[in-house]
Amino acid sequence: MANEKTNALPEIKVGLLVIGAGPAGLAAAVAAYDRGVRDILICERQDFAGGILPQCIHNGFGLKRFGEELTGPEYAGRYEKMAEERGIRIEYGATVTKLSHDRHATVLSDKGMRVYAADAVILAMGCRERPRGALPVVGTRPAGIYTAGCAQKMVNRMGLLPGREIVILGSGDIGLIMARRMTLEGAHVKAVCEVMDHPGGLRRNIVQCLDDFGIPLYLSTTVVEVEGDERVTSVTLAEVDERRRPIPGTERKVPCDTLLLSVGLIPENELTRQAGIEIDPVTNGAAVRENRETSIPGVFACGNVLHVHDLVDFVSEEGEIAGNAAADYLENAKKIETAPVAKIVAKNGVRYTVPELIGNGNTPKVTVFFRVSDSFRDATLIAENENGQILAKKVRRMVPGEMQRVDLPREKLVGTVTLSVATQG
Amino acid sequence: METVTRYDVIVIGGGVVGSLTARELTRLGARVLVLEAKSDVASGTTAANSGIVHAGFDAETGTNKAKLNVRGSAMMPALTKELSVRYQQIGALVTASGDEGLAGLEKLLERGKKNGVSGLSIVRGEALRALEPNLSTELDCALFATTSGIVCPYGLAIAAMGNAMDNGATLLRNTPVTSIEATDGGYLVNGTYFAKAVVDAAGLAAHKVAALAGFTGLKQHPRRGEYLLLDRNCGGTVKHTVFTLPTKAGKGILVSPTADGNLLLGPTAEDLPEGVNCAVTAAGQDKIIATAKKMVPSVPLGGRITSFAGLRAVGESGDFEISQKNGFVILTGIESPGLSAAPAIAELIGEMLGEAGLLPEKPMANFDPVRTVVRPKEMTDVERDALIRRDPAYGRIVCRCEEVSEGEIRDALRQNPPALTIDGIKRRTRATMGRCQGGFCTPSLVALVSRERKIDETKVAKGDGNSIIADRRTKGGN
Repeated sequence: MANEKTNALPEIKVGLLVIGAGPAGLAAAVAAYDRGVRDILICERQDFAGGILPQCIHNGFGLKRFGEELTGPEYAGRYEKMAEERGIRIEYGATVTKLSHDRHATVLSDKGMRVYAADAVILAMGCRERPRGALPVVGTRPAGIYTAGCAQKMVNRMGLLPGREIVILGSGDIGLIMARRMTLEGAHVKAVCEVMDHPGGLRRNIVQCLDDFGIPLYLSTTVVEVEGDERVTSVTLAEVDERRRPIPGTERKVPCDTLLLSVGLIPENELTRQAGIEIDPVTNGAAVRENRETSIPGVFACGNVLHVHDLVDFVSEEGEIAGNAAADYLENAKKIETAPVAKIVAKNGVRYTVPELIGNGNTPKVTVFFRVSDSFRDATLIAENENGQILAKKVRRMVPGEMQRVDLPREKLVGTVTLSVATQG
Repeated sequence: METVTRYDVIVIGGGVVGSLTARELTRLGARVLVLEAKSDVASGTTAANSGIVHAGFDAETGTNKAKLNVRGSAMMPALTKELSVRYQQIGALVTASGDEGLAGLEKLLERGKKNGVSGLSIVRGEALRALEPNLSTELDCALFATTSGIVCPYGLAIAAMGNAMDNGATLLRNTPVTSIEATDGGYLVNGTYFAKAVVDAAGLAAHKVAALAGFTGLKQHPRRGEYLLLDRNCGGTVKHTVFTLPTKAGKGILVSPTADGNLLLGPTAEDLPEGVNCAVTAAGQDKIIATAKKMVPSVPLGGRITSFAGLRAVGESGDFEISQKNGFVILTGIESPGLSAAPAIAELIGEMLGEAGLLPEKPMANFDPVRTVVRPKEMTDVERDALIRRDPAYGRIVCRCEEVSEGEIRDALRQNPPALTIDGIKRRTRATMGRCQGGFCTPSLVALVSRERKIDETKVAKGDGNSIIADRRTKGGN
């Protein structure tokens, strides 16, 4: 019972609190359980597990993880089953509204409010889509402008068709998937525009979702204006220069009733910030060590809340890393807190790395995930520090839309390690 | 022949002025009908303005603007408390630099004193820096107005209309006025509604409505103001409403926290011909950014979540034009500071109609001035826990960014004036107004509107007319 006088809710102790039952949180909880952690609670704000996967009814999930091609709901179902078999507790409709630096989480659901005092916390809140307001698109604000994920939810979970004549801004994977989905539902996708000079999503999605359906992709092109008072009646496209500024004279009005936006995903780190956890300005996720531990000991992060992944298979992999690390942390009664031994800095052509801090581990190799800022062919990936070169690896092809990974020898990772791309000539 | 329904007063327009007027006339005992052209109250000028309750030093002494602003601003604290509307007296700073700037501020200070504004002083140097640490160092003096405040403008209009309805007033939405016939010692509107008195509070359309009743020759034009809205985590960038010295076109671009904790930049002031819409322009957005940066160089533009524009009605005189003839009250030129003055305008209309003998002799005996709204987020954790245990719907979060529960959305769809659309829910609860701008919760809101209003999901609209969110089913949808 709540204490009316102190105006504070009673605290409930929990071993491992996982925030989010999407693919990252489920994989983390399962991994921690398999390492012997039993007092696990997952708080999930939706009424179902799987995060965004239940609305991703297309296939292409699980090739790396399960060696077979699954749909989103199927992939989520596998992990849901694993959690269920282990008896891992999931509270649904439970939104974490506050998180403190000492791992106290305030949770809201239709059963009331409570505070969990957790020994360890795994952040797995996922990400959200960048809205229109963040873009320099002028004009009116009628109905018919939706993020691709919002439209996907309406189509795939509610059976609602949000438009007939469609323009899509952004060639991120969800945008590409929705171009195909809307076409299959009888809508006419007139254009997919991408402000960059290369597609944002996976190559296989360009082929399978656009090329196979004859949907035109316009690179270095953006939407500059929306028209329509009640419903969208047209959008104006314009080509952009190398600095992504619209080129005057290239404007072209396209009549349509719907504009779908697939213009980037933003990790949802409001709770992370509230707890005072250090944030990487490039990923907008927590700055973590190789075990996905954040700047607060005992708090780990994984999946799209940490950095936006292309494949759910890698999200699950990262969830396992965090789950194992949380188990290590809980096993080790003394909870030794040592400073990181190395910091990885992204340079020349490398946009960011995860992890960016090295410490506490004992594996001979450290896998570093990274994204490049440009497309590269036949380039060399170089890791070095003040002691000299750690690695020089030939890479045939790297594109910004596809996450890269490289294994670095742990014993050489000290001080400031830079990761960069060198091109021939 | 159509049946005619009789009222004491017909108010045309459900903006903040019309809504507060409907409430005041109801309080005075009148049977009031409000006719709103759009799908909701507060969807014109009231929906898109700065939300500032001005202190009242800006307008020329003796004008309607000066008198009604000062009076309205003084009424605001008690009024917003009665109606559970978010209002904070955070104070405003009119900033300037150099001797010329200081002279300008002193003029404003004098005018403010003449207008009867209290709490005015000039602050300089370190004292100014202490008040507003992020202010540009180029700005070295300011007029500090402690009585200036911020209010949720549409929240005020919705609450006032809701309270009027709770006390017996009638609201008809989606009901544009198409005809007004002077007859029988009163006015027959749309051939259906009769009253001895009419209040034309139609905002931008007020001159057109007046012309329907034969009051021709009035002129108004729209002045567009564009804004940029930043995330709530940017709301603390400034602590007060920060202006620069006003010019003829208006009070200029401001940087201010909003009553809901966001940071607001704007407005521009662009005089336009009639019939334009609320589009935002590249030039306008650039101007806002440039001006805001001059005042507050560290303004965190990365936190922008949306931009929008509103239209203010500008009359010919430059002052609020308020007249009453044969029971027909016309309000034109209600531009800024219309929001600040709205409570006083409503009071004035009550006096005008009372003096003309057009209101009942006695005020309403059991008028209840209080409207309450359940706001779980403003409660302590213990209170909120108890609330959820009584009504679990307040524990189901629908809009994660603004932490709005199903219970609050249900209330918005039921409480006077009930929301009919997604925008209606937005203005009542803030759902969809956060950093994801409805990306996550729009589908859930469609389902809730459908459930509460017992309409099909394919009929749920964002706002007016044809603005259906998703107007057909998928091939397999049912």
